[in-house]
Amino acid sequence: MELVLGRAGIWLVLLLLSILAIAGAADTGFAIQMGIVALACVVGLGFTLTRANYAVGVLGANRTADQSRYDDDPIRWGIIATVFWGMAGFLAGLLIALQLAFPALNLGLEWTTFGRLRPLHTSAVIFAFGGNALIATSFYVVQRTCRARLAFPGLARFVFWGYQLFIVLAATGYLLGITQGKEYAEPEWYVDLWLTVVWVSYLAVFVGTLVKRAEPHIYVANWFYLSFIMTVAMLHLVNNANVPVSFLGSRSYPVWAGVQGALVQWWYGHNAVGFFLTAGFLAMMYYFVPKQAERPIFSYRLSIIHFWALIFLYIWAGPHHLHYTALPDWAQTLGMVFSVMLWMPSWGGMINGLMTLNGAWDKVRTDPIMRLFVMSLAFYGMSTFEGPMMSIKSVNSLSHYTDWTIGHVHSGALGWNGMITFACIYYLTPRLWSRSRMYSLRMINWHFWLATVGIVFYAASMWVAGIMQGLMWREYGADGYLVNSFAETVAAMFPMFVLRAFGGLLYLSGAVIMTINVWKTIAGSPLREETELRGALYDAAKDHPLVSGQLIPAAVPAE
Amino acid sequence: MTAAAEKEPLSGHKKLERNVSLLGLLAFAAVTVGGIVEIAPLFWIDNTIEKVQGMRPYTPLEQAGRDIYIREGCYLCHSQMIRPFRDEVERYGHYSLAAESMYDHPFQWGSKRTGPDLARVGGRYSDEWHAQHLTDPRSVVPESVMPMYAFLKNKDLSKSDTEGSMSGELKTLKMVGVPYTPDQIAKADDDLKAQAGMGDATELAKRWPKAQPRDFDGDPARLTEMDALIAYLQVLGTMVDVNSAAAQEDLAKETGR
Repeated sequence: MELVLGRAGIWLVLLLLSILAIAGAADTGFAIQMGIVALACVVGLGFTLTRANYAVGVLGANRTADQSRYDDDPIRWGIIATVFWGMAGFLAGLLIALQLAFPALNLGLEWTTFGRLRPLHTSAVIFAFGGNALIATSFYVVQRTCRARLAFPGLARFVFWGYQLFIVLAATGYLLGITQGKEYAEPEWYVDLWLTVVWVSYLAVFVGTLVKRAEPHIYVANWFYLSFIMTVAMLHLVNNANVPVSFLGSRSYPVWAGVQGALVQWWYGHNAVGFFLTAGFLAMMYYFVPKQAERPIFSYRLSIIHFWALIFLYIWAGPHHLHYTALPDWAQTLGMVFSVMLWMPSWGGMINGLMTLNGAWDKVRTDPIMRLFVMSLAFYGMSTFEGPMMSIKSVNSLSHYTDWTIGHVHSGALGWNGMITFACIYYLTPRLWSRSRMYSLRMINWHFWLATVGIVFYAASMWVAGIMQGLMWREYGADGYLVNSFAETVAAMFPMFVLRAFGGLLYLSGAVIMTINVWKTIAGSPLREETELRGALYDAAKDHPLVSGQLIPAAVPAE
Repeated sequence: MTAAAEKEPLSGHKKLERNVSLLGLLAFAAVTVGGIVEIAPLFWIDNTIEKVQGMRPYTPLEQAGRDIYIREGCYLCHSQMIRPFRDEVERYGHYSLAAESMYDHPFQWGSKRTGPDLARVGGRYSDEWHAQHLTDPRSVVPESVMPMYAFLKNKDLSKSDTEGSMSGELKTLKMVGVPYTPDQIAKADDDLKAQAGMGDATELAKRWPKAQPRDFDGDPARLTEMDALIAYLQVLGTMVDVNSAAAQEDLAKETGR
């Protein structure tokens, strides 16, 4: 009971503080954001009171958890959140893709312009969809590989809900025009501080679980999760060093300026890719691919070498975002050299994942989840080859500032991150809700093909768009003058922008099918009746030579 | 066979796999090196930022415009960094210098050109063109895919959005290293109006060399967000006279950048 009172007290104090912040807010945006915080406090307060009363007060039951089972509640919520934010992020992506082809879709409203929706799309996909997938799978994997329940179960729940509040604050802020103006680090100072609290709690839960492990060894997936959590904390703190104009206002100015600010930002930005979207997702690969293939990981030694090489080299690659800019040459060259080297540990990870299928390759034919894993690794390999290539200065002189970069990012994000997340969702959902399998395997197959074809449309149209753009900008005529005005290069993009949006539509349709499938599975609908996925059948009765004199069965007439 | 030869390669790693602290510590060490080696020297190597004539911090009105530029996410489609290529220099002007963004908190170099580079857009178009273009981009550039920013014209530049004054903002910028004088900070709100043609322009010129005072949005009676944004666009890339003989000589001597 004291616990309930204590918690209710904390909620009330937070509620009061947020109401005071609304009253004293320096700008309307900040007031609205604090209103959202206040609402979260009310929900938290209500939840604390109602839940606690039934469990302890009325029933007298002590709600201690069953220690012989894994703590899976936050993971179940995480799966649902991943699907939800994925849909939101893909939808926002489709909308802004269409805005670039048909600018009327900006609607002439300040809240729906491309400039405000684009951070909404990138954050929803990277941090909301990807972040929830990472948190949920890391909690699942760390418990299974340590044979131990989550340390600090209360804190784990705080991590989940705190992270959702971070997402809502960031997203609503973008629509209101609250932004730091740095790509992938748009949330303002108070949202950054909140994320810091949540992230440190996340680290505590994760490391705490590792510490109480029952297995002597820490499994390789956990090395990747650990380095991802620690490095993201470091990047976040350094890149978001800001001074707020007012402690009751949304605006702040970064400590870093100009050329130093640029390198700090891309050191952050590139390693958001390197650690959030690579190390963390490789951790997923290291647990779920062997599980789904029912094979041990291909090479233990390769995993050691490529882990240390990957985390050491990735951090250096940031300057390749700043080739030929006012960043000193030595830093650009250093960034390029390390980016090219990075190709090797990246492929080390891909090889370790793909070779795990040795002896189980037939599953690619019969198991659509395995198909998703394999395709995601193929895309990982492709984009980690494309990336080093684009970081070569002479290639970059053409590709930089063009849609080629956008295509590259999406072959990584849609192909590698998206597909492996879908595969993990399909792996986890039946297990977490105690179903024998997903509602429909055929629907997974549909999702796989829609996503794959969608990415092909997306990447191919952006390659064409980017290279065309780059060549048109630098095209000189026989008279020695530039051939194209900038406006002409914009007009030339139109068909590519439409094709890209079509690819996005396919990808989104696949995700809609996944949502239905996950929904039906969780709801416990009877499994969908469908033909099994399988390869060519063997009929032993027909597998024999014809012996003379033996009766040949009469041919069945064609229908 | 000796014991050493039987030892599997990398078996020493097992020690790390059994010790969270050691694993965490080494992993953290591995990820810090690159950043320190690449970023830290930028703060003390002298030729990272050229010494040039003419750079000054933004005026209150320009800074207010810059805040709007950031708020609307212009950096997502427009770069402010001209690369030293023949086609870019012909299209946009002299390549960008590190010094030209030394007071930019945050930098706005951008990473994508859905629209053209803006590093030297200042003075290239008239105020009327900008106002018309921001209101309805396709009325002046039919091929454009830029959103319409007509709403800026109807929004008063009430600095209620920032503690009721520009002084607070300039003070914060000074804290992070922009060399505003106490006088510039104290008179920020007067200068904001003065630059928009609603005050004493001689006072403004004293505090802000080469500031351009006039009504920017075609509506002299009102101080709108459009005024501020155009004032910012019109100053971009105009502070340093990169084509002067002295500047060219300095740039020719540059090495190692």
